[in-house]
Amino acid sequence: MANNNIGPKRLVVGAHYGLRDWLAQRVTAIVMALYTIILLLAFLTGNMSSYETWAGMFSQQWFKIVTFVTFLSLFYHVWVGMRDVWMDYVTKSVGLRLVFQVATLLWLIGCAGWAAQIIWRA
Amino acid sequence: MSEAVKKNRRQFNVMTFADTVHYRLPLAGIVSILHRISGILMFLLLPFILFLLDKSLTSEISFEYLKGFTSNLLVKLIILALSWAYLHHFCAGIRHLVMDLHIGVDKDSGRKSAVGVFAVSLPLAALVALKLFGVF
Repeated sequence: MANNNIGPKRLVVGAHYGLRDWLAQRVTAIVMALYTIILLLAFLTGNMSSYETWAGMFSQQWFKIVTFVTFLSLFYHVWVGMRDVWMDYVTKSVGLRLVFQVATLLWLIGCAGWAAQIIWRA
Repeated sequence: MSEAVKKNRRQFNVMTFADTVHYRLPLAGIVSILHRISGILMFLLLPFILFLLDKSLTSEISFEYLKGFTSNLLVKLIILALSWAYLHHFCAGIRHLVMDLHIGVDKDSGRKSAVGVFAVSLPLAALVALKLFGVF
């Protein structure tokens, strides 16, 4: 087992969350792109023009779930992106960066709660 | 001895914001930094977006309220900025996904796809602007 870490197979990084975040960023992006197509179709078929059709679309359970999944994808995507931004620009103090990262996470979790309330209240 | 070496050595620090103005970014670089700026903009305006969705769905009264609210010029400009940010982020993101498939990663095609991103995102943003300001 230890011999597997030689030459090109040598592990140069430790935690591997780089690949996980990279992949998550792509997958969540595709989810949001697909949802964008749904919204675009709704717009083109005139479902956004009045309150009845707009709210009617959001009254269906499948659409609520799809919307919520898209929101969760959005928040994960934002987390990956904003974490990169903090890592790139807040370099002088590790403590300050941690504060920004934790604040971003808490804020996004809060927004997820708000999104859930908006989607299921109507 | 070691002090003399230290004095002559150039110091390389993290680049400051002032350094960035000396950079002449290639088109692909402009797409890249705008990808980041548009992402940050949408992150900052997340509560505004959720507010709009909230008001649009709560009731017929709040839907009507939203119509009045979005007729404000400043609100229209914010929505336009958000629309541009979304369109640019979307197109630049698709460009990234294509490059993940090892398509168009050389310098020439990188520039061409950067042109492509602007060619799609800017006219669509202009279309949103025309719609927002009631041209059609």
